[in-house]
Amino acid sequence: MNRRTRAGLALLAALFLLAFAGPLASPWSWDATDFTAFRRPPSAAHWFGTTQSGRDVFALTLHGMRKSLVIGLLVAVLSTGLAAAVGTVAGLLGGWADRALMWGVDLLLVLPSFLVVAVLAPVLPGGWPVLVVLLAAFMWMVTARMVRAATVSLREREYVLAARLLGAGTPRVIVRHIVPQLASLLAVDASLNVSVAILAESGLSYFGYGVRPPDVSLGTVIAGAAGSATAYPWLFAFAAGLLVLVVLAVNLIGDGLRDALDPAGRR
Amino acid sequence: MTPVLQVSGLHVDYAPDVRAVRGASFAVERGEVLGVVGESGSGKSALALAVLGLLPAGARVRGSVRLRGRELLGLPDAALSRVRGKDLAMVFQDPLSALTPVHQVGDQIAETIRVHAGATRRAARTRAVELLELVGVPDAARLARAYPHEFSGGMRQRVMIAMAIANDPLAIVADEPTTSLDATVQAQVLDVLRTAQQATGAAIVLITHDLGAVAGFADRVMVMYAGRAVETGPVGDVYRRPRMPYTIGLLGSLPRLDGAPVRALPADAAPAAEGCPFRTRCPVAVAACAVTEPAALPVAPSGQVAACLNLAATERPGAVYPVPEPVPAPDRPPRRARPPVLHVSGLVRHHPQYRGALYKRRVGAVHAVDGITLDVREGETLGLVGESGCGKTTALMEILRLAAPPGGRVSVLGRDTAALGRAGRKALRRDVQVVFQDPFASLDPRMRVAAILAEPLAIHRVPKDRTAARVRELLELVGLDAALAGRYPQQLSGGQRQRVGIARALALEPRLLLLDEPVAALDASVRAGVLALLRDLQNRLGVAYLFVSHDLAVVRSVADRVAVMYHGRIVEIGPAGAVYGTPAHPYTRALLGAVPVPDPGARQGRVTLPGGPPDPSAPPGGCRFRPRCPRHPGLDAGRARLCAELDPVLAEAGDDDHAAACHHLGAR
Repeated sequence: MNRRTRAGLALLAALFLLAFAGPLASPWSWDATDFTAFRRPPSAAHWFGTTQSGRDVFALTLHGMRKSLVIGLLVAVLSTGLAAAVGTVAGLLGGWADRALMWGVDLLLVLPSFLVVAVLAPVLPGGWPVLVVLLAAFMWMVTARMVRAATVSLREREYVLAARLLGAGTPRVIVRHIVPQLASLLAVDASLNVSVAILAESGLSYFGYGVRPPDVSLGTVIAGAAGSATAYPWLFAFAAGLLVLVVLAVNLIGDGLRDALDPAGRR
Repeated sequence: MTPVLQVSGLHVDYAPDVRAVRGASFAVERGEVLGVVGESGSGKSALALAVLGLLPAGARVRGSVRLRGRELLGLPDAALSRVRGKDLAMVFQDPLSALTPVHQVGDQIAETIRVHAGATRRAARTRAVELLELVGVPDAARLARAYPHEFSGGMRQRVMIAMAIANDPLAIVADEPTTSLDATVQAQVLDVLRTAQQATGAAIVLITHDLGAVAGFADRVMVMYAGRAVETGPVGDVYRRPRMPYTIGLLGSLPRLDGAPVRALPADAAPAAEGCPFRTRCPVAVAACAVTEPAALPVAPSGQVAACLNLAATERPGAVYPVPEPVPAPDRPPRRARPPVLHVSGLVRHHPQYRGALYKRRVGAVHAVDGITLDVREGETLGLVGESGCGKTTALMEILRLAAPPGGRVSVLGRDTAALGRAGRKALRRDVQVVFQDPFASLDPRMRVAAILAEPLAIHRVPKDRTAARVRELLELVGLDAALAGRYPQQLSGGQRQRVGIARALALEPRLLLLDEPVAALDASVRAGVLALLRDLQNRLGVAYLFVSHDLAVVRSVADRVAVMYHGRIVEIGPAGAVYGTPAHPYTRALLGAVPVPDPGARQGRVTLPGGPPDPSAPPGGCRFRPRCPRHPGLDAGRARLCAELDPVLAEAGDDDHAAACHHLGAR
């Protein structure tokens, strides 16, 4: 593991700790209202200040980050998993199954995903888990193409041929022989997807199509402060700063993994 | 007279603890050919790269390389580039990657002339065509305009030789120049190299693992082991009276065309770190071998030197390695009484060819397998031989599919594969297994040996509690230590990996094993061990083999029957003794003649087959072998017409199931 991966992992661990353990250190809960403090700058009582309705920005931001992190991880796992499944099956089977699956991929690629999610997310019942599914559904296609290409070259390897000639079925070949070879590619892809998903979620939430009240995410926190960003910078600065740190940490991990696992980059 | 190329005390270290070459010294005179032989890891390639100044960055080299007295080691890159390609030329193993794909070959040859001799474009071009003629490229003026991919492997290697001699070099270093070529083409390329040498008078260093190629070509030979020259001398002396036990073992482990038993060199023991590196495999090692590394001592007035502390024991080379006890063949009913395990009749496999960028038209088909018929009976080995592109591997893969072939019939254990359902096919896979050529590619690098061997058991739902015992049993069966079960394939040697591959194939106790060039990627001494294992397994288990190989000597040592393939057809089939002893088809004869024999005396009287394997998409009418047939030009008009018009079928060519497809079986 190289230095960047280690730094990224440490940073991400610290952010998780902050998101889940941080609220315990504060006397304020994220949905409590302090009727004595409206729109106050950071102070000893309210570390990140308060909103115009008297909510504690520290508690609110950490609560939002918790959601953002969970959404990012879930979306990454789902989309990379889907990409691995579709890509390996298409690559291994070839023929009409390959053509049909890749046709589906191309179809999804040409759809304006942001618009589709923005239209569907508010009308579908189910809250943020639906958002996770929608985001994942539009993020796996490029990876699936990569996985398919890698599988096609692996399919010709003699040990894959040997397994097939022993009578191994497609699921077994995928799980035992293809996926282990793709593990590094998938790990890198999943980690980079985390940051893409978090950014996409924040963007959607900012416009009001993503996480909706009463749920809070980093995107909604930033959106809530949008009108008064210059006058009351604490309303959004902490949320935006944490968003940058999360994305930075995840990208560091992803880049580090790629460098560590890419044989060409190894000395 | 000073030697043209003199190497003395050459050391190459890749890392502090990886010492590839440890003090190599040799000298090559003008017009002399030195063969450097050794197995993988002997340091011969590092030696070649060091002489050429092409070692990777990281490698450290000491000693001296002098080209006509001029020291090359330590020369700056620019100065070395002026020497390389002019006075010191090279021929590599893989001519496809050594030629630039986007330039015409004539221009590439002309470029070397212009860079070093400063000739004009036109003069260089004319000279390039002359050189191509010299190395036997037909229609040189036209083919000088062709691109590398338009040439066959043998033709590309000729182009490389033309490029090497373009500037009248003093010395040529050829690193495995014939290794990837078919035997018939190999013989042609060595002939061309000899012509080229006579035309330029260059000294040649031929580096190879192929003792047969050296025997027919080199004047002197240097045998390397663990980075040192262990025996050097005139080729005749070294081959007839080798004195270093390693040389003796290496020569003894070559499979022979006459089917005589090989005396296997104990394989797969790592060279010793102290004392004589060979002592871990040496049958005549004495106590002193563990202490001192022997220096090369003269053993014959001819200048033959050998590095061995126990030279007394090698006075009679034949007695160093024990002749293996002939294994009594198990009592089996005669062939006719045994049931066929595999029956193939009229098998056809064509690969359609398409052309056109937007609208793909079918323009023809490659006749990879064009109607072959054979059967393999219980407990016997059928060897399927032929040059690359003859369709032997396609035939094997078609049989392995266990599905209805595009033409003809395949039946395994009496069951027609066309009639098999999904479950039936999976069940039949237990009985038909395969061993691949490349032991590095055929084992999953992310699985341990135990998991690799357990996989077939899991697929066919052998109860889990029996798996561990069966894995141990399989390892023992193929002569591997049970401790290897926990290793990954990359921690094993080539021979050990191939044994794992064989064990995996045997896990389900198949009745038929298809072997696709199973020893082609292995060193000579390792190869002998694997072949002995295969014979032993057949005797113990009664499994039948279909053994595909391009190497006739290897097939001779394992096969009971042999089928020779040419251009998608079987041209001769019969008992191994009959096919090798009294070959009926002219192609079989030519193939046998082209096998490099490790005997310097056999150099004369070899017939080399003209041309390469034919274009598989356009078989000539009539007999497919006619364009290359040595018998055809000598026929009278009437009989020659028969060859041109009628495709011969297999006909009885002697007793005992021996058949050949030639119209003129009686002719010599």
